[in-house]
Amino acid sequence: MTAPLPPPRKKDPVERTRQPTLPPGNRSREAQGLTAMAAVGRFALQVCAGCRQVQYPPRQVCAHCLGDDLPWRDVAAGGRLLAETNVHAANDLFFRDRLPWRLGLVQSDAGPSVVAHLAEDCRQGERVRLSLDLDRSGHAVMNAQPEEPGPNLEDDVQLREMTMNPKDRRVLIVNGKTALGLALAQAFKTAGAREIFVGHAEPWKTSPALEAVRKIDGVTLFPLDVTDTDSVQELASVLGGKVEIMVNNSYHLRPGGAVDRMDMNLSREEMDIHYFGLLRLAGTFGPAMRGRGADGDHGACAWVNVLSAYAQINNPTFGTYSASQAAARSLAQCLRAELAPGGIRVLNTFVGPLDDEWHQMVPPPKLPPNMVAGRIVDALKKGLEDLAVGAVAEEIAERLAENPKEIEREIKS
Amino acid sequence: MSGQQSAGRMGYDGVAVCVPVTVPYSRYSLRSAHWFCGRALAELIQTAGIGKVQVDGFCISSFTLAPDTAVGLTQHLGVSPRWLDHIPMGGASGAVALRRAARAVQCGDAEIVACIAGDTNHVDSFRKTIASFSQFANDAVYPYGSGGPNASFAFLTDHYMRQYGAKREDFAKLCIAQRDNALQNSNALMKRPLSLDDYMDARPIADPLCLFDCVMPCAGAEAFLVMSADRARALELPFVEILSTIERHNAFPDDPIQIRGGWAMDVDGFYDLAGVGPEDMDFLQAYDDYPVICFMQMEDLGFCKKGSAAEFVRRHDLTAGGDFPFNTSGGQLSVGQAGAAGGSLGLVEAIRQLTDQSMSAVVEGARHGVASCFGMINYDRGLCSSAAVLARSDR
Repeated sequence: MTAPLPPPRKKDPVERTRQPTLPPGNRSREAQGLTAMAAVGRFALQVCAGCRQVQYPPRQVCAHCLGDDLPWRDVAAGGRLLAETNVHAANDLFFRDRLPWRLGLVQSDAGPSVVAHLAEDCRQGERVRLSLDLDRSGHAVMNAQPEEPGPNLEDDVQLREMTMNPKDRRVLIVNGKTALGLALAQAFKTAGAREIFVGHAEPWKTSPALEAVRKIDGVTLFPLDVTDTDSVQELASVLGGKVEIMVNNSYHLRPGGAVDRMDMNLSREEMDIHYFGLLRLAGTFGPAMRGRGADGDHGACAWVNVLSAYAQINNPTFGTYSASQAAARSLAQCLRAELAPGGIRVLNTFVGPLDDEWHQMVPPPKLPPNMVAGRIVDALKKGLEDLAVGAVAEEIAERLAENPKEIEREIKS
Repeated sequence: MSGQQSAGRMGYDGVAVCVPVTVPYSRYSLRSAHWFCGRALAELIQTAGIGKVQVDGFCISSFTLAPDTAVGLTQHLGVSPRWLDHIPMGGASGAVALRRAARAVQCGDAEIVACIAGDTNHVDSFRKTIASFSQFANDAVYPYGSGGPNASFAFLTDHYMRQYGAKREDFAKLCIAQRDNALQNSNALMKRPLSLDDYMDARPIADPLCLFDCVMPCAGAEAFLVMSADRARALELPFVEILSTIERHNAFPDDPIQIRGGWAMDVDGFYDLAGVGPEDMDFLQAYDDYPVICFMQMEDLGFCKKGSAAEFVRRHDLTAGGDFPFNTSGGQLSVGQAGAAGGSLGLVEAIRQLTDQSMSAVVEGARHGVASCFGMINYDRGLCSSAAVLARSDR
């Protein structure tokens, strides 16, 4: 049975911080298809369009009928454990630091035999559930877990290397003044975060959400204005070495586009908060987080950007807002690449319209903030990289994949 | 499922296999694979009493020649062969090289073929080899603990033990007998006797495998010549005859986990062509990077039934002087695994035993033997298998 993870110790300041290493990340182009599926939490493999044979490892030609049309399809995730081993000797530095490492060979219900990272509670001959997850190198790997998960499964040390579970980790929520900020603080509290740091700009001005945040046990408030480089630097000098999960939920929405509302001040504010704000946070908190990627079982692991679904396709009703979100999204991809050497994963969430004052004129469905916060924490536990939240965001993702021109023409409801 | 049949297959009459050569092994070497292949060729021609110009065919196997292949090696070694082959089959290369060279000689495409398998081993070269072994391994094995073949064979061993009731003590008996054989082989890298306690108490590598279940990577080369029997007689070289050979790749792809190798597909035709059976064999030289694959070869090559190798090993003495002489040079487990040369170690030892040139323990009166080869864990299993029945020549 998986033992519960011991709570984090106070760090000895003279102890050397273990340097981050990554598992092998050399993958073929075909195998990047697995990464695309794992990034959004799907268990999908190549299935031959001609003969339906499921393929694994990924390839370009069907091993049965030699067909070359091998689309990715969701397949049955069950399987049976054929063999298991604990590896006690590895040449690769990442695994060498983490031995013994447990592996299994699984006969998947979909067909192929699969080498997988194996959770502690799986036994030979028994049923397992397979999942595709991103490892610390950001590439997809197979995980096998018991079909009936035990009480401490999320504490499995191998699994924890592949997820970004907030349990026992310290979180910084950038903006505590919004309803979403409050919902996030509550969700991280429920998920067992060790400490929750919450930022608030303009400390002379409070909000009902912030007052509720203040009352949550384990929360500490800090002044933080992402439009002020000094403010961000100051907080990074206090918290930089402590933040294990960064949640950038900066939010500044005003309706209007380019032709109908040319307002340079508003547009500049949006860019300052969404784009330059992220840049300031990245430049100050990024280096410390990247350096602590392997700092024990509770090291730094994730950077969450709460972005709008319109970061992916401009909604002219919120035209300049969408543009600033697109800029932030582009920078987030840069951030992902720069944090990768530390094994820090960037989760970009694309959120549909929230049920708040600034979306008053938008027809439903609109998202309650606590639902959004729950999905974000859940995505961290699963180790996802891209998350569409809500029906609107999910539809945008699907329509973009299908026909970007169609959605560009139709989006201005 | 029946594989190759003897019906319609031509035998290997008139072909001679001779001049067994081993370039001494070392744990690490600063030399290149080219050096090991070059030394092997030098010793082949010196022993045969011929010039290198008379060797008109080459069959090369090596993991560490890169970026070169057999092609580049011709310029390195200053030879101009009219027949050239490069076999990327690692541990299965020995018998595969043998059968290709034999056909080339039979058909007159080459007169004398040098079959050379050699590799170097620099510090860290083993890690580099397994870190980019195959596309499937890169994508679907190496990112999982990077255990290399140890982890792959751990699965096969774990499954085999549970399926057929083999015990670690059974594997121990095989490893200890091979070590006993190796103690008489001055080229073996393992110099000390292995006790049951040593084996059982060894440090774990990838459960259930422990230290003495795993080969030690090293540098070295194995080589032999294939020519017509008439030529061998003219050169006064002791030689062996080939009674049969097989090779098979990606056998039994529908087995969810490997419990048998390609030999099981081809075993009937193998002995039909040879005209002798497993009961006539005086020894078995099997591919032995891990003991479980030895067990599979005993079964798949007809020495015992599937799943009964453990019981077979318990009933037999596997030392060279025993009732089932097995890996009489000590095998890779005790001599070392010199990369692709591991695929020829048993074959070269078989040639020695059948031509009275043993450099280690002698199998008295040996007339027939099987040399079996296996290689290339491309993803979850070894893909290539080959084997040959060799016979003492009465000249």
